[in-house]
Parts: sequence; structure tokens; C-alpha cells
Amino acid sequence: MTEQEQITTDLHPLHLTVNGKDVDSVLDSRISLADFLRHELRLTGTHLGCEQGSCGACTVIVDGVAVRSCLMFAVQLNGSTVETVESLCVDGQLSRLQQAFHEEHALQCGFCTSGFLMSLTAHLREHQVTNDQEAREALSGNICRCTGYAGMVKALLAVGDGESTTQ
Amino acid sequence: MKPRYFEYHQPTSIDDVLELLSEYGDEAKILAGGQSLIPMLNFRIASPAHLIDINGVAGLDQLNLTPEGVQIGATARQRTVENAPEIALSYPLVRRALVQVAHPQIRNRGTFCGSVAHADASAELPSVVLALGAQIIARSSRGERTIPAKDFFEFHLVTALSADELVVEIQLPPLAAGSNGTYVEIARRAGDFALAGVAAQAVIDEGGTVQSLRMACSGVGPVPQLLEEAAQLAIGSDLSDELLLEIDNIVRTTIDPPDDVHASANYRRVVTGTVVRRALKQLRDESGSNHD
Repeated sequence: MTEQEQITTDLHPLHLTVNGKDVDSVLDSRISLADFLRHELRLTGTHLGCEQGSCGACTVIVDGVAVRSCLMFAVQLNGSTVETVESLCVDGQLSRLQQAFHEEHALQCGFCTSGFLMSLTAHLREHQVTNDQEAREALSGNICRCTGYAGMVKALLAVGDGESTTQ
Repeated sequence: MKPRYFEYHQPTSIDDVLELLSEYGDEAKILAGGQSLIPMLNFRIASPAHLIDINGVAGLDQLNLTPEGVQIGATARQRTVENAPEIALSYPLVRRALVQVAHPQIRNRGTFCGSVAHADASAELPSVVLALGAQIIARSSRGERTIPAKDFFEFHLVTALSADELVVEIQLPPLAAGSNGTYVEIARRAGDFALAGVAAQAVIDEGGTVQSLRMACSGVGPVPQLLEEAAQLAIGSDLSDELLLEIDNIVRTTIDPPDDVHASANYRRVVTGTVVRRALKQLRDESGSNHD
């Protein structure tokens, strides 16, 4: 393309479920899932760090599995079910995992936290976390640059017993 | 950054995919898992005018294990292959390599075939298919052809595929009874691209003698590289600690890795020799014959 790149759009209809609610939209194909969540749905709990899949800040759960929302286009999600960090707290009550993060000082600035919570929420649905090594492996797909991981390891071990992580 | 404008296509049959590919050729990219392509779009390293999303094509996500080997479809996720019990049982090399590919969040989307077609020189799966002698099935509106892994990789990110061809499937050959494999790599952090990695597949008999061995390494050149000289040295031996050191030396002198910001060429030589030695030691020790 030339320097005078023509700004143009490629619109596609989209129907999906986000945090239990039906969403209908018509969207430009190059909008990432992360930008769709943040800008169209104003679900700004999902954060965008690197936009190349390295940092994990934008992690959400799509059709039951944790994915990077910066590495999917929203138009790919027709018919899908998406869960974001906003779904974890129900009626003002933090999930067990969120509560454990709070108690173990597992966050400081909070930028990376929503991505960690979604990665770990998906992980805890399928796996128990019973030791330090398992906890660190579960954390390894996300990056924190301020608090460090010690508090998160403790938080994860506190809820890694296989019990439900919702309340 | 955000990707440049593109036109998004969502075909629902292979024929429609092939028609779009034959129409747009170089102007189009296939979108499967997108875990390598979308970062490149976001960086604007790649800016195809057309994206052809194959995730809506029914039947492309198959993972079939038969006596004739394994067929992995174009949209089968890495995580699906990794978690298949039959893969863990019959192709430990594949599972051991996959768990080192990025992170679960990436493998939940990323596809096995996509990583091979992307052909990153430091990726794990190109070495795996080369070590296993896999075949890549490519289809276009002109027909279908089978490309052996050894002829597939031409350069970093460049393959034998034509612009109008789609990788529909990768076939892993059946393995001899008693065959075992592993993947060993060294990366700065778990999940990073490796500085060097090696895929090794061997048959070691009950007496501890190596009957066959194929090894391919990643990260030491523009394409995954078979380590034939080192394998020849190992075949017929019992992989004693002394021989492993000799093989380590041979590997260091037979490869010609690049210098870059992550590691010097010399360091990569050392690291590659080391991963080969560790891989062979693991296969030796798992074969039940102990040489301590």
C-alpha cells in the first residue's frame, strides 16, 4: 500500500455472548477482540499491553479456554462465548481467586491483574494447584512488572484445592 | 499497533478457500490460529490485502490416529494435539515439544499445521516434523501434492508452498515398536523462542544399542537442520557418556548458527551441542539401560 493509505472499512455482522449477555454488532474486520471489548462494550477491565501475545494482560476466556484477546479479531467470534474479568465478581462479591489475590497482596498497580485472573480462572477449572512448581507454571503465560509473583503463588495455592473458584 | 486494513473472508468449504487463494494468491494470507500471523499484522511486518479465515471449514480440525500414522488437520489446535492421550503415548516427541511452544493461552488457539507453515527458524514444530519424517499435504485448485518435511523448509518464514496452496493436513508416519523421542531446548525464559532446540527420535534396543536415530535442530540457521553426522556416530553405539561428549563436539563443529542480539554464534554452538547431549542422555536413560 502507498503512503496515502486509504482508510477503509470491511464490515461484518457479529453475534456473540459476553459475560452471559447476547451482543449484536457490525464490526470492522481489523478490530481485535480486546479493542472490541474495551471500546465497543466498554468492558475496560481487559487490558492491552504488548499487542503481540507476549504479556498476557489481555487474556480472556473464549469458549471455555484462555486466549489472548489481542491475537483474535472480533469478527472471528461469531457464535462464541466470551468471559472477561468483569464476570468474576458477582453481586459485589469477589471470586475466591480475587479474594485470595486481595489477601495475599498479589497485585500492586493492577495492570496485569485481569489477565492473570482470567488465565488462572481457566486453569483452576481443569487443574488443582498444590505446590509451588505447579503454581509458577500456571502463572508463566502472563507477565507482571511490579509486584512480582510471590503473592500470586500464595494466592493460587490458597485456592488451588480443586474447589470452585466462584465465591 | 493495529493491523492495516484487510478484507476478511470466512469460507466454509475447502473448495471456497482454494478458490479465494487462486484468486488472490500473494495478496492473501491464511488465518488459522493466528498466533504468529496476527502479531506480524499488528507490527505491520505483514499487511496482506486479504485474510482467509479457515476456522469455519468443517472437518479441518481432525486429529486421526491410525495404524498408518497420524493425520493432523489444518485447524487442529496445538493444545488438542498436546492433550491427546494417544499422542502422549505413541509420539512423546510431539507432546514434549508442544509443551515448550509458547504458553497454554497461545496453544489454545495456535495450530500444529500453522506453526509448520509459518516456518519460523527457531520454532519447535518444524524440527519435530523433520525429525519424524512427516509429510505436508498441500492443496490448491490445481490439485493436491505431498511434500516431505525435508523439502518443505526453504528459509526463515519461507516454505515450498505456492501462493495458492493450503496446508490441509500433516501426516506423521507410524513409528517402529520401541521408538522413543524427546525435544530439548534452551530458552532465556520458559515459553520464549529457543536459542537452540533439538528434536530426537530413536529406537534403542533392549541391550541399549541405538538401532536408529534422527535428530533435527532449531534456531541454528534459516531452516531446521538434520544432524546426520552426529546421528551416524550414535547409531550402533550404547550412548556412553564419553560418546555423548564426542557427539556434542561434532554438533558444535557441523552447525553454523547466526550471531544475533539474543546469543553469539559461538554460544549457540555450545548450547546446541548441550541440548543434543541432554536429549540423547534422556533417551538412553529412558530405554532402561543405565550407564552410570
